[in-house]
Amino acid sequence: MRRKKEQPGQEVDRKEALAAQLGESDTLKDKMGRMAADNKLAVFSAVVIAVFILAAVFAPYLTPFDFDEMDLMARLAPPSSKHLLGTDELGRDVLTRLLYGARVSLVVGIVPTIISMLVGAVLGMVSGYIGGITDSVIMRLADVVLSFPSLLLAMVIMYTMGDGIVSIFIALAVTNWASVARVVRSETLSLRETEYVEAARSMGVKDVAIIFRHILPNCIPSLIVLFTLNVPSAILSESSLSFLGIGVQLPNSSWGLMVNMGRTFLYNAPWLSLVPSAAIMLVVLAFNFLGDGLRDVLDPHLKNS
Amino acid sequence: MAKNIGRRVLQTLLVLFCVSLAIFILLRIVPGDAITTMMGEHADAETIARLTAEMDLDKPFYVQFWTYLKDICTGNFGTSYTLHKPVTELLAAAFPNTVKLALIAAAIAWMIGILCGVVAAVTKDGILDRLFMGFSLFGVSIPVFMVAMVLQYLIAYRLGWVSISGVEKWTGFILPAVALGWNSAGSIARLTRSTLVEVLQEDYIDTAKAKGLGRPAVIFLHALRNAMLPVITMMALQISSLLSGAVITETIFSINGIGRLAVDAITSRDIPLLQGTVLFTTVIVILGNLVADCLYTVLDPRIRKGA
Repeated sequence: MRRKKEQPGQEVDRKEALAAQLGESDTLKDKMGRMAADNKLAVFSAVVIAVFILAAVFAPYLTPFDFDEMDLMARLAPPSSKHLLGTDELGRDVLTRLLYGARVSLVVGIVPTIISMLVGAVLGMVSGYIGGITDSVIMRLADVVLSFPSLLLAMVIMYTMGDGIVSIFIALAVTNWASVARVVRSETLSLRETEYVEAARSMGVKDVAIIFRHILPNCIPSLIVLFTLNVPSAILSESSLSFLGIGVQLPNSSWGLMVNMGRTFLYNAPWLSLVPSAAIMLVVLAFNFLGDGLRDVLDPHLKNS
Repeated sequence: MAKNIGRRVLQTLLVLFCVSLAIFILLRIVPGDAITTMMGEHADAETIARLTAEMDLDKPFYVQFWTYLKDICTGNFGTSYTLHKPVTELLAAAFPNTVKLALIAAAIAWMIGILCGVVAAVTKDGILDRLFMGFSLFGVSIPVFMVAMVLQYLIAYRLGWVSISGVEKWTGFILPAVALGWNSAGSIARLTRSTLVEVLQEDYIDTAKAKGLGRPAVIFLHALRNAMLPVITMMALQISSLLSGAVITETIFSINGIGRLAVDAITSRDIPLLQGTVLFTTVIVILGNLVADCLYTVLDPRIRKGA
């Protein structure tokens, strides 16, 4: 047997064990509090995410320009005091479009992730709890989804479903549920053997009730971590699709589409494509830092997966 | 070991079958009518009738699927509607470029990634560690197209060191490969660091140190060998992300590869070409994963002897 010495994750486990012995349970809130105290970067990232969300919600109040307001006298103007991030090929204010584009990019990051988490969690719990042929079928299905390069699968689904935001939701949800299902299944496998689940079963509690009342609450920490790490990958996928011209379509706008439109002017107006790229990077980076921080306190054994 | 590998091969065959079925369903049984989806609303009756017969759309589902399966097993992916050439020929012309790009990207990414990971692990919690790990998270979070465009703007346009696009000269591959490998370098660095930190705490490392071995010998001869196992698996899995990431890189740098072929197929609604590129790429990825698994079994004595 390999003997592992102390690792950060096990240190947390030990603290938890000690707390349990002393009769103190570490609630979700306590863990979040610990992260807030220890990991300043994660807190800062949470603030950055909050700022982006608020900016997207209050976009109309933050800028004097309209989303589609053109100023043909000031086409491709570099950043100035009037247009902080310059203007595009039709003289529209880039900052304004960035704020409005944030709405689409954030919604496309969050909605499909929620769908894929729900589907993945339910299928993962059913798969792990029931086992047998149901388990095999669900897991082989997950294998099939995971064996596609995700961007290509999303592209094919976009082809089949046609353009539009709903198609993007479906494409990203279909490509992302499988990894969630795998993680939740393996958690369920160990939860199924716990004494309280066995006790519930011997009292005649129905399987559905056991899954939702006893297993699901214990998967919540992992699900929170997975959510924070899956949102940025959904944002990246949407921006890639829109960049290739098969995601969000005009007259809507998203950061990926802005990059795509701005690419034509890369050499004379680089801010057109680089500003939205930087916005994507900032949000993705913030979600990743926050996800890393949450994982360290909530679910240390996810670390190498 | 042979039994393990045999089971993996069977599983792979099943996945291959399901993947081809999935692509078939997604591309043929589109809501509404496949021909209209492909040709647009203005297709005339004659074209629709010809294509329906050509694609066997007038036959029952299982007949269509059987013909399709037979065709792809013999390497017949049909003829591209827009480029009027056999899809197999187009794939054969594009594949070498994608492979070259992916391999150069992998070489760059793995060299930088492993080096950063080792330095970070050895200087755990030090300045270099924090610097490299921050840098690698940066690498994971930055979109491929951003790296590509920044490189294109700075190195090719501003400095003029290499051509902006095209791969007529081998130097044309440098920028796309760096752009493509960027993300992979970040994740390799993070994984190398975490496994190496773990391995460096093992007892046999203490033994090696007690024998009087120098630090470089301990790290490179004893620790890194074991730490590399998960990293090698990840490298093989990265071939998948490199091939699908190549879609964007090839589009930006105008490289005639599989990824760009797939994008062209989607924008021109060319079903045979799209089917061919997606199926081909996915099969390569699945086989890559199979090789990675077998490699892992062969490389790790604990699995080789234990199972």
